[in-house]
Amino acid sequence: MKALIQKLVETVGPSGYEEKVREVVRTEIEGLVDEIKVDALGNLIARKGSRSEDGMRIAISAHMDEIGVIATHVDENGFVRFTTIGGVSPRTCIGGRVQFLNGTRGVIYMESLESATALPTLDQLYIDVGASSRETCPVKVGDVAAFDRPFMELGDRLVSKAMDDRISVAVIIQALKELTSTPHELYFIFSTQEEVGLRGATTAAYGVDPELALAVDVTRTGDTPKGVKMEVALGKGPAIKVRDSGMLSDPRVIRWMVETAEKAGIPYQLEVLEGGTTDARAMQLTRAGVPAGCLSIPTRYIHSPSEMVDYQDVLQSVRLLVALLSAPVTLK
Amino acid sequence: MSPATPAPQIGAEQIALLEKLSNACAVSGDEAQVRKIVLEEIKPFADDLRVDALGNVLAVRKARTPNALRVMVDAHMDEVGFMIVEDDKDGLFRFVAVGGLDERTLPGKKVLVGAENVPGIIGAKPIHLTEEGETERKIPIESLRIDVGLKGGKKVKVGDRATFATRFWQSGNALFGKALDDRLGVATLIELFKNPPENIELLVAFTVQEEIGLRGARPAAYAFNPQLAIALDSTPANDLPMWDGSENIFYNTRLGAGPALYIADSATLSDPRLVRHFAQTGEQMGIPFQFRQPGGGGTNAGAIHRVREGVPSLSVSVPGRFAHTAIMLARLDDWQNTLALVYHALSRLDAGILQR
Repeated sequence: MKALIQKLVETVGPSGYEEKVREVVRTEIEGLVDEIKVDALGNLIARKGSRSEDGMRIAISAHMDEIGVIATHVDENGFVRFTTIGGVSPRTCIGGRVQFLNGTRGVIYMESLESATALPTLDQLYIDVGASSRETCPVKVGDVAAFDRPFMELGDRLVSKAMDDRISVAVIIQALKELTSTPHELYFIFSTQEEVGLRGATTAAYGVDPELALAVDVTRTGDTPKGVKMEVALGKGPAIKVRDSGMLSDPRVIRWMVETAEKAGIPYQLEVLEGGTTDARAMQLTRAGVPAGCLSIPTRYIHSPSEMVDYQDVLQSVRLLVALLSAPVTLK
Repeated sequence: MSPATPAPQIGAEQIALLEKLSNACAVSGDEAQVRKIVLEEIKPFADDLRVDALGNVLAVRKARTPNALRVMVDAHMDEVGFMIVEDDKDGLFRFVAVGGLDERTLPGKKVLVGAENVPGIIGAKPIHLTEEGETERKIPIESLRIDVGLKGGKKVKVGDRATFATRFWQSGNALFGKALDDRLGVATLIELFKNPPENIELLVAFTVQEEIGLRGARPAAYAFNPQLAIALDSTPANDLPMWDGSENIFYNTRLGAGPALYIADSATLSDPRLVRHFAQTGEQMGIPFQFRQPGGGGTNAGAIHRVREGVPSLSVSVPGRFAHTAIMLARLDDWQNTLALVYHALSRLDAGILQR
């Protein structure tokens, strides 16, 4: 599974430009599902199984896109000005590297600031791609790039850019491989444009019209030096979302997930996230409303180029997802 | 590909229509004056025409070819302006802004109030009486008043909209007027509707309430359920030279560089296939175009592309200086090139563009 994770995280796919990720996913799941389609916004939607008498129509979503940057101007000396795609902070940019969709690589640096301790604004940053004039710069206005960091293993901890949310894409693909039978009509949504406002899941959920919806996404942890106060930690198993700043999980969905984990002997943590939200919000609010929840992978340093997950958490997340989808669901 | 049919032209007649549209008052939520002009213009050409529950004008021109793509093209009828919220007597009225306005640009401007276009002025304190330091501060909108005089006050009531009283004028290639955001789009869309590309089912929406949050476009797109959508709008050109002679790197767009194609704004990531198609059309037909600098802001594409199962969308704007003030300055050639690019790009569309 590590090879799959590495392949997914090292693929470039900022929001709106998920094509390469979509092709990796398509190749991985062909043969594992009954039907694949790509909708108007680029969501890849794969159906597996058909709805038996005690089954439901369930949507499971993980987003393919990652945060990134987009060129706004190339100056006369070949430096590239940019703005962000999704939640990119200037402090994780300085000295960082990016890779454009056309393969061009570059280094982010900043104008000199008045004080050595000041943080630059986005306007004060630029990308140096090694060009020395506008004419010779291989980047044009509107070109898109993702952060450039190789995958790395630190014991049981895996580190890379774009763990948010390729780790969940990997979890779903692995679960598809291990899922032998299901009473449900399952729609796996590999969604687009999550990082800019859950846009892909909004339209995909409308199309699927599910009876139950589950997002798989990363969540923050509270286990780092003087970090945020939060119960979730790496290595303690998948997190079952209770709420985040955009959604209250359906209590029946939470109970279903907790009972399934306990019955299967899978460690889990309950998650209350005070910032951010997931595709589950968009799915919950589609059409006439859908019971929704989220299986979260605890992740450190989210939206930095070095997002860290625990491999045991990842494996347990696969187990939990397979257990959830293998048996009939009673929401109570 | 067969030789391209010439695009519809913009001449004296079209400029006269833009003048009429620019001078009409249609602050968000009260678009009746512009809607009336639109209906008069397009009625003889429409295969289907209706005004929906929110006041959007929805009209269809059927394709002349089978299996045509259903393409929605949108332009918003509303403009930024004001709403009267309190009668202070003696012809004085307190007001609030409708849509994004910079209150520093308001004092001293002539306005028109209500359905009868009652003239008035946003009063400013004479320079004779300002105290030291007073001119350094901006005047908050709460302390401004619209003064319509005693007689005019009898025709104005709380809830009335008001907008700048600027009258349109042309000076060579330069077009000056209020509300060119988005009457340029409206005028373009009317021409397109009168001279439609024959290969597509043209679904046009003249929408309401864009300036207060893309409210009209969503139900319009829901009703049409199109396969593709184009939002025609106007976007700021902040292309003046920098005061210190340095390179202007935040110009958004530039006057004279042609229609602005959007790649990304706060509300939409344009469909890359549509961006490519429009850019290629411009290159192959020799029509100038520019890319709007990716950044903030948003157009009706932001609402349209998220409707139902999703709609691949693109925004195309005529650039204009001094947007959302009493007067915008746009260029005739940019407008002509916008109509030409949109017409030719739509004429070359086929279902192949939707293949993944």
